[in-house]
Amino acid sequence: MSDGNTGPRLQRVADLDRQLIEISIDGWQLSAMEGDTILVAMLTQRGLLRQKQEVEPAGAGFCLMGACQDCWVWLEDGRRIRACSTYVEAGLRIRTTWPSSLLES
Amino acid sequence: MAQQPPRILIVGAGPAGLRAAELLVAAGCAPILVDEAPRIGGQIYRQPPRVPGFSRAAKELYGSSAERAKDLFVAFDRIRHRIDYRPQSLVYDLIDNRAFIATAGKTSQLEFDALILATGAMDRIVPAPGWTLPGVYSLGGAQIALKHQGCTIGAKVAFVGVGPLLLLTAYQYARAGVTPAAIVLPSRRGALIGAGLPLLGHPSAAARGLRWLLGLRRRGVPILFDHRLERVAGEESVTGIVVKGSGAARKIACDAVALGYGLQSETQLADLAGARFAFDAAQRQWLPLTDGFGRAAGREHLYIAGDGNGILGADAAEARGRLAALALLADSGLEAPGYRPGPDLVAVARWTRLQANLRRAFALPVDLFTALPDDTLLCRCEGVPVGAYRGIAGIMGARELNRAKSYSRVGMGRCQGRLCGHAAAEVLAGTLGVSLDSVGRLRCQPPVKPVTVATIAERQI
Repeated sequence: MSDGNTGPRLQRVADLDRQLIEISIDGWQLSAMEGDTILVAMLTQRGLLRQKQEVEPAGAGFCLMGACQDCWVWLEDGRRIRACSTYVEAGLRIRTTWPSSLLES
Repeated sequence: MAQQPPRILIVGAGPAGLRAAELLVAAGCAPILVDEAPRIGGQIYRQPPRVPGFSRAAKELYGSSAERAKDLFVAFDRIRHRIDYRPQSLVYDLIDNRAFIATAGKTSQLEFDALILATGAMDRIVPAPGWTLPGVYSLGGAQIALKHQGCTIGAKVAFVGVGPLLLLTAYQYARAGVTPAAIVLPSRRGALIGAGLPLLGHPSAAARGLRWLLGLRRRGVPILFDHRLERVAGEESVTGIVVKGSGAARKIACDAVALGYGLQSETQLADLAGARFAFDAAQRQWLPLTDGFGRAAGREHLYIAGDGNGILGADAAEARGRLAALALLADSGLEAPGYRPGPDLVAVARWTRLQANLRRAFALPVDLFTALPDDTLLCRCEGVPVGAYRGIAGIMGARELNRAKSYSRVGMGRCQGRLCGHAAAEVLAGTLGVSLDSVGRLRCQPPVKPVTVATIAERQI
């Protein structure tokens, strides 16, 4: 991905024998493991949760316990969710930027 | 005639909240237990999701605390059907005797006669240049990633800060096969040994600490005492840390940093509940003022248990949960059948002494804050650098945190000052040349954590 994103950030070291489920990030299909938080599903495969935007710096989370509010991402319907404390579900469609397509509809 | 049992709300399902609930159930009460997490245990005994494939045993998750964790889970299973347990729910506001609770975007409101706050603690953060780069995480976060999700925050992690949790988490990473790049502490090795001697009165704690240190040494992990984090290096992501001891600064390559300078109590709800606060010089934090049972000053039928009332650790939290429940029962004219508080009071006194020794060993050098370069970000929510905040004190004459907040926005952002609050107080006091307590404390504003407007809009006041 050409968004200043680095390679995978988090490393899986245990509990690897889980069911795979499909989600999408910015339209890209990828597999997550059942029981992953959105943060883990994303950062085991890429470097960032959120791309750098006008006022917001790039983000990859910080506290992982729902306190710092650094890990917000968007769903395609425009909802903002906290990636460290929301679990993946099959078919979840995540955006790393605000889904501006909503303005057009 | 039997009197109506009080309606009791407990916030937090960690060791303190669970033990409080257990004693209240034994006394015939049916408390409501509200917790943000999907499963009980708090941060210390955080459990993996209830999903097939999470297969690690308690021993692997909680190490030498595995038996305590299992006991706690069993205790919860026994009372589960007697309490109103509400997971994944946030108490975001308290008004008089009503709590406003957000669950999956919906508000519910409930009235209580008595309130036990067992809100726990989180990492104390000291900023450094580059600390907001992707790849820097809180130390507690680094541990939660491992316990809760079976992940580490990177492949080569540097651990920076102070306290037992720093050594424990680094040791857990090493055992998981992710050998830390380095452990960096501002503490002097001599101070640690000096403070370690009284720990001989707590042989199990001393043995644990020694086992972590030796385990890390054996794996060749550099443990750099008396070293400061000069900056986190990297353009778009962490590539290393620059540290400085008595010699020249040097760079250590890593792809992640775990940052944690001890723990601080989560006191926001206590503030909203109307607790009176007092400055604790040893912990360098304003804490709710309570008696030895956790009975709060400033408001009746308010009790504060566990690490939300000053850091004494998880074992003490269980005792403090029971003591708070006992005080609540006594104040409501009820008995706690079969429970004698003596052993718990003794245990709390022991943990208090232990923590005092640990704090001496791991004392934060105050010049960590005065030495911060002006362009270091102090507040990551609002993007305010240290220099701008220092300017507020000098130019605008703000001598108190809440005034400085309204001038600078530091403490006003989404984290409500959880990450920047302590550093802001130290920087403000340092700039003004006054003691930490004289700059006051950040007042909490509801909601204690972000909830959507839609969630708030549906509540009736």
